[in-house]
Amino acid sequence: MVRAVEAPASSNLAGRIGLERTLALIARLRELGILLALAVIVLVVSVQTPVFFTVSNFEQILLSVALIAIVAVGQTTVVLTRNVDLSVGSVVGLVAFVTGDLLKEHVLGVPAAILAGCLLGLGLGVLNGLIITLGRVPAIVATLGTLNIYRGLAFLIAGGKQVSVIDLPKSYLQIASSSVLGVPTLIFSAIVIAAIAAYLLRYSRTGRQLYAIGSNPAAAEVVGIPSQRLVFGAFVLCGLLAGVAGVLWGSRFGTVNAGAASGLELQVIAAVVVGGVNIFGGSGTVVGAVLGAILLGTIQNALTISHLSQFWLQAIDGAVILLAVGTDAAIRSYFQRILTRTGRR
Amino acid sequence: MTESTPVLELVGVSKRFGAVEALKDVSLALAAGEVHALVGENGAGKSTLVRILAGVHRPDTGTLKLDGHELVLRGPASARDHGIAVIHQHPNLFPDLEVAENLFIGHLPRGRLGGVDWRELHRRADELFASLGVAQKVNVPVRGLSVADQQLVEIAKALSTEARVLVMDEPTAALSTHEVERLFAITRQLRDRGVAVLFVDHRMDEVFEISDRISVLRDGRHVITAAASELTPDETIRHMVGRRVESLYPKEEATVGEVALEVRGLTRKGVFNDVSFEVRRGEIVGLAGLVGAGRTEIARVLFGIDRADAGEISVLGKRVTIDNPTDAMRHGVVYVPEDRHEHGLVLDFSIASNISLPIVSKLSRLLVMDRGRERDLATDYSKQLQVRSTGVGQSVSGLSGGNQQKVVIAKWLATRPTVLVLDEPTHGVDIGAKAEVHRIISQLAAQGMAIVLISSELPELMGMADRVLVLHEGRVAVAFDRDALSQERIMAAATGHPEK
Repeated sequence: MVRAVEAPASSNLAGRIGLERTLALIARLRELGILLALAVIVLVVSVQTPVFFTVSNFEQILLSVALIAIVAVGQTTVVLTRNVDLSVGSVVGLVAFVTGDLLKEHVLGVPAAILAGCLLGLGLGVLNGLIITLGRVPAIVATLGTLNIYRGLAFLIAGGKQVSVIDLPKSYLQIASSSVLGVPTLIFSAIVIAAIAAYLLRYSRTGRQLYAIGSNPAAAEVVGIPSQRLVFGAFVLCGLLAGVAGVLWGSRFGTVNAGAASGLELQVIAAVVVGGVNIFGGSGTVVGAVLGAILLGTIQNALTISHLSQFWLQAIDGAVILLAVGTDAAIRSYFQRILTRTGRR
Repeated sequence: MTESTPVLELVGVSKRFGAVEALKDVSLALAAGEVHALVGENGAGKSTLVRILAGVHRPDTGTLKLDGHELVLRGPASARDHGIAVIHQHPNLFPDLEVAENLFIGHLPRGRLGGVDWRELHRRADELFASLGVAQKVNVPVRGLSVADQQLVEIAKALSTEARVLVMDEPTAALSTHEVERLFAITRQLRDRGVAVLFVDHRMDEVFEISDRISVLRDGRHVITAAASELTPDETIRHMVGRRVESLYPKEEATVGEVALEVRGLTRKGVFNDVSFEVRRGEIVGLAGLVGAGRTEIARVLFGIDRADAGEISVLGKRVTIDNPTDAMRHGVVYVPEDRHEHGLVLDFSIASNISLPIVSKLSRLLVMDRGRERDLATDYSKQLQVRSTGVGQSVSGLSGGNQQKVVIAKWLATRPTVLVLDEPTHGVDIGAKAEVHRIISQLAAQGMAIVLISSELPELMGMADRVLVLHEGRVAVAFDRDALSQERIMAAATGHPEK
């Protein structure tokens, strides 16, 4: 922190401008990197197993990714604010079961049951948000608690029963099997939701403020950003999207028990992190998170087709996460080091 | 410029933190279109004053006035809303957001659809920088910018909210000469636009180059405000140090022995350069200098927290390599940092656990701590240093500042060091405890320890040290022997204005 007499300012400046560019590029490269990885995987697996490279298989992949992607959109908004929501898997499960049960018992019609499912997700998100903002409980602890509570609630309501395809009205099941403009509804909804969220995060004031909160909470306070309210909103949105995914889950699988979507939260967080959303908040995009989900889904599909054992599947999943996040951290710290050297003086 | 009506005034402001009175009845007026320098020694109350203007602290007594009307700041956002912008030494921006967004985050321009109009945002940001005469790309993340550029972003941000008062807290501390010139050019420009600039600094050359008026704080009191043309650097320094009692600290005579620590040509690039000195057993060597002059940074290298780029360190005549704190401890060098909360103590631990922390492995047998020995050892040291507590089982968080400091020292004494480096050991400690800490330091020297004492309190250095090295911008500007010491001489050397 001392003035250096020797540093030739001009050459430093040129170097710095180059660095700025590189940094900006890296931020955008993250998405390209995932696409590249995707391409490599597709190429390699296609050569070995021709079944892989078919329209129907790709559709299969996207179908299984769609629900994760919808939840990942909500998770991204939460993670951007330097928080995390571990309860999303339980929310999906609880909503899927409750919606199915309402239909099975003919309590509500299909449209009303769908609305109820979404509202339930929203409500669970509100609860998360209240515990975290009003209760000042760290998100990771609070949602670990609600993860168990929501799951417990599902088991309590189910009482050992399950909802099967024959219990459900056709119109509900058709949601997942129908298509809009030739695109399967599941995939279509995921695209629409991701597109809206991507637009809002980039082009709304609130969206930019969410980034600001995660990037520097203290500075956000100083410029008068209502952090607590926005964090609350992020959790509500995350709950709502998990609710939407829950409704679609029931429609897609038909058979729902109280344990539905267990462990989904980890897949979602993996997608978000692999997609380049900084787990400490402030940077990342919805598009990245969705691409992360697709990458992980593709790898899973490729491994299944190659008849690898379940063990390898999980291990490779884990390796991808470490690789993606590790590379990211390495690049970041490398540039940070150069920057503090040239930048500080 | 002194005749214009004040924009912002402090009237009789006092602020106390625990035992320390940071500001006492300070009144100060800032006029539109002036650069007003605020100078004072470390700990004179400058930072507290800045934080009050920033809305971080509220004065205990006294008021702020904006355009003659009483002003109550309820927080940093409220200061900004009233047109007071504060640029801290370390810029407080959003590293992940673009430069342009950082400027306008509270009021991003919106397009027809209600979304953020990025083109308009970039245009306005470009315009702001252009008005400052600065070429700055506005669509890059702030993370990549140098401190100097980040400060400019802060200044531009202040302009975007049409700030009328701009407070800059030691803005030049991390800048190169070239960058300082650019900052000064912009500061003058703002002044000419009618902004009131409060410039907190302690480099005499800079203060006299940039400011129209100068105010001096000493020990939390306002000493003088005068036009820069009516003061000389020497006079200003005299006001900064004042005349104070110097017989507070009884120094015990110690037998000076062999050379315990020898440092030759120690350099950490851009931080300090070619620092050489030696400390003998029984000696206390003071390191004086302003914050940022490199004192703490040298200590960090001696203790292996940071690495030196060049130079050698010898302990008891043997050349040593210190790559990390473990190395340092093994060679008998320990460091008591200034911030005892952050670096020195585990507040939730008991006194005993804190003291035994560095020597846990010595007190353990087969992975199990010998609690009895820990307790005995802690009791011994607590008694020796007169730590006032309900017992060594008491948690450190409940102790007073002075007693916490004694625990930190005890912790390091337990490692039986040859060289003890103390960084501001009496910072934030009340007067009574201060004298005790001084007594302890003196005794340790008498027992044959070599002590490096970093302190911003000149009377403390003059009372305790056998020799004082004054650092200025990372170099040893001058070394004084005990009988050649005077506060004026030290301050003059530290502010880069040595006597002719």
